Amino acid sequence: MPRRRAKSSLPLRAELVCYPCLLSAAACGSMYTQALDNEGRPVPAAAGEGEERAVRFQARIDADEKIEPKDWMPEAYRQTLIRQISQHAHSEIVGMLPEGNWITRAPTLKRKAVLIAKVQDEGGHGMYLYSAAETLGIEREEMFRQLLAGAAKYSSIFNYPTLTWADVGAIGWLVDGAAIMNQIPICRCSYGPYARAMVRICKEESFHQRQGFEIMLTLARGSREQRAMAQDALARWWWPSIMMFGPSDADSKHTAQSMRWKIKRFSNDELRQKFIDVTVPQAQFLGLSIPDAQLRWDEGTQHYLIGPIDWAEFHAVLKGHGPCNRERLEARRAAHEAGLWVREAAAAHAAKQRARTAQVA
Amino acid sequence: MSNDWPLFEVFIRSRAGLEHKHVGSLHAADARMAVEHARDVYTRRLEGVSIWVVRSADITASDPGEAESLFEPARDKVYRHPTFYAIPEEVKNL
Repeated sequence: MPRRRAKSSLPLRAELVCYPCLLSAAACGSMYTQALDNEGRPVPAAAGEGEERAVRFQARIDADEKIEPKDWMPEAYRQTLIRQISQHAHSEIVGMLPEGNWITRAPTLKRKAVLIAKVQDEGGHGMYLYSAAETLGIEREEMFRQLLAGAAKYSSIFNYPTLTWADVGAIGWLVDGAAIMNQIPICRCSYGPYARAMVRICKEESFHQRQGFEIMLTLARGSREQRAMAQDALARWWWPSIMMFGPSDADSKHTAQSMRWKIKRFSNDELRQKFIDVTVPQAQFLGLSIPDAQLRWDEGTQHYLIGPIDWAEFHAVLKGHGPCNRERLEARRAAHEAGLWVREAAAAHAAKQRARTAQVA
Repeated sequence: MSNDWPLFEVFIRSRAGLEHKHVGSLHAADARMAVEHARDVYTRRLEGVSIWVVRSADITASDPGEAESLFEPARDKVYRHPTFYAIPEEVKNL
């Protein structure tokens, strides 16, 4: 049996620019990268890249060694990570928008300062992640281009509107809570730069979740109107948060490969269940009701069981038909275009300084 | 675009007495902007008292493919460690 097939003996680096492939290939992350579950065909596995190297690579992964940027890696591993990390980065950046909506209207100066800090963190998380993705050979501007062109995906959750102040609380509590549940295992991801970025991010997310819960608690203990506002926010954010974990395991085709590569450590449904189990008692503490008539504690499994998830809604939002998809991308494009003169001026200034230094030298 | 903004590697000294440690990278038009960005991106929670930035293109790194020939020779030189030497128990302060 031939060890190598000529067909796919692509040069390692040349494939990096194979963007159609990059966008359609699939492997499974979830959460901020949930689109990975839904995109077409998987990248063909390592055939032609040298089985021996592939075997050695898998052995390193199995031994819990970390993979670093300059190490050899299967092209499918590289492309999977590029997609997962860039989608994750886009989610952080787009995620600034729904919350940024409330900075000017935060109810107190303290809340405003906290919200600014949180939104700034999201921007920082995007920066850590774009940097991590760049170590795999994709340029940052290419990632921006994909996002602004609507070609890249980001988490469906950010296509829902923030209608009231309570939504800021619900986002911190539920959305960031779900994100933490997903991201803590990624701190042990096999790819070093991604794992390191996630460690930083997880430390910061904890503040986000707690400040969100505190907003909900304040409202829940407030006037009747405030309680109603908190209840309304939970009613609107519960299901979208549950959907953040991505399709159910039965429909998540690429979990197995991502698990073998230790990019992913738990399945979508496992993480979703963990989130539900920790969040239901928190809602009870707040005295708010979760919008699911079928929700119940199951003695047998020691888990809370939920009613059916509306996957049609999930897929529609992911495909761009959510309440705010167009608005989010327009806001990103406008910000990018409005910042163009600043980027150009800074580059021109740097070039002038370099020229002067060269003259003096 | 970032086309004109080179990549910088960022090193942070978390407190006096400790070494600068690599924390990540970022794009900036020049080194001064890189320091300013590093402050915003990597030290929002008092993570540092000093920042170094260096253009990523200026770093020369060893090749992972040569890791074996570079580092393997040290493996059999256990006599470089104090535990290599057997000293009778009654001898103290050695």
